[in-house]
Amino acid sequence: MAAPRRTPAIEIKGLKKRYGGRLVLDGINLSLAEHEVVCLIGASGSGKSTLLRCADLLEPIDGGSIHLDGTRVAFEDRNVDETRRRLGIVFQGFNLFPHLTVQENVALAPHVALGLTQRAAERRARDLLKSLGLGEKAREYPDKLSGGQQQRVAIARALATEPKVLLLDEITSALDPVLVAEVLETLRTLAESGMTMLIATHEMAFAADVADRVCFLEGGRLVEEGSPKRIFGSPRDPRTKEFLRRVRSVSGGRRAPGR
Amino acid sequence: MATGSARKGLLVATLSTLVVAALVAYSVGSSPAWPEVQKAFFDGRYFSTSLPAVAEAFTINIRLFIIAELLILPIGLLIALARSITAPALAPLRIFATIYVDFFRGVPSILIIYVLGFGVPALQLDGIPKEPFFWALVTLVLIYSAYVSEVYRAGIESIHPSQERAARALGLTRIQALRYVVIPQAFRRVIPPLLNDFIGLQKDTALVSILGVVETFKQAQILKAASFNFTPLMTTALIFLVITIPMTRLVDRLAAKDRNAQLGGTR
Repeated sequence: MAAPRRTPAIEIKGLKKRYGGRLVLDGINLSLAEHEVVCLIGASGSGKSTLLRCADLLEPIDGGSIHLDGTRVAFEDRNVDETRRRLGIVFQGFNLFPHLTVQENVALAPHVALGLTQRAAERRARDLLKSLGLGEKAREYPDKLSGGQQQRVAIARALATEPKVLLLDEITSALDPVLVAEVLETLRTLAESGMTMLIATHEMAFAADVADRVCFLEGGRLVEEGSPKRIFGSPRDPRTKEFLRRVRSVSGGRRAPGR
Repeated sequence: MATGSARKGLLVATLSTLVVAALVAYSVGSSPAWPEVQKAFFDGRYFSTSLPAVAEAFTINIRLFIIAELLILPIGLLIALARSITAPALAPLRIFATIYVDFFRGVPSILIIYVLGFGVPALQLDGIPKEPFFWALVTLVLIYSAYVSEVYRAGIESIHPSQERAARALGLTRIQALRYVVIPQAFRRVIPPLLNDFIGLQKDTALVSILGVVETFKQAQILKAASFNFTPLMTTALIFLVITIPMTRLVDRLAAKDRNAQLGGTR
């Protein structure tokens, strides 16, 4: 969206990442304005997850730079833990803490990492869970919840440090189709509330609906980006066309999502 | 129906056990030397006279293993953590911890007890205690901390890395991630093996008798030497069994509970 020229919430410049000798991210440039929702699409192995993990400073990078609110940040920083509190990430596999209740899962980081009192952290956790429709599950252990509920708890947990940017890594890929809807609904609400989000997803209809911008990745490169309407309606790059053609043939010839 | 077959199973088990026990008793009892062996090892008179002294001395063993265990649990954890440190600057700590564990697990306990229990006090350094009980405690703590640290380490490594990654992603430091996420989960998993080591420690308190600590085994040896009868040693064995068998059953039950929880609780 044509936001006024302000400092981007997060900016990635020329990011390179190697695993072994293989270049999995090859000079990615991407920036998100505040309140912007960007969806990353592309085949498995195109580098979406790696890009998110690097952006969350969970891994060192081999080239380029990452900037939060105009300040350069890096995995190697001494205060990297503080930086991570300003970013939230949700993984495909939920990764909830099984020995803690739902509420304790959400309250842990505010209490331990942000230094809130136990009581204040718990209140924040309860409020967050309530706003995501999970108020009644606060005292349950994660293994008593459905996959969709667990993933929503993971979203609440990521929001608990009040991050500026939320990174979501194919968070519906491990869910039954029936459970996908409730998680996507949660994301939609978050997008409407103005959360800045970078979402790796295979849900094209959702991307078309929620994203301000869609980026297509292949082989560790950002091949094409644009509004959902343009990417899904009239992709220019042959690789984007080919990818979307294959996705559509899988989803049973459903019409391309477009706004 | 199920209870019927269970009852039948119990009956068969009881019968077969009785038959085997009777056969063993008969073959031992029919050996020509049995009466003498019985008199030397299982004499009721010596049992009842030795019981009070041997049981009294057992309180030393209890004191020894309780104090030792209270020290071993935290020290073992610290060593396990030292071995899992990845920061290059702290490599000496990791190397030291590794050497420590290799050494104390690799050398027979009785040698360590000899060397430390007799050798260090013999240095006659000022301020170094000379009491055998103190050195008995030190050697047991050193030996078992090495074993227990390995149990902890296995527990920590059994927690999937994604748990630590999730904690770090929330902005927790590595120490906080270990403290609040990894160690609590690891500790739950290692309770049965920890109790196993605890049982081993209880038995090994008898080894420190060589330092002259008059614990239950030493006491039994003294009584044996005075009477030329081995029954006091059997008395000690019985006391150890009374303590360790319930512990063993407890470990079995906890391990079974763990298995069930893992089978049933992962939905």
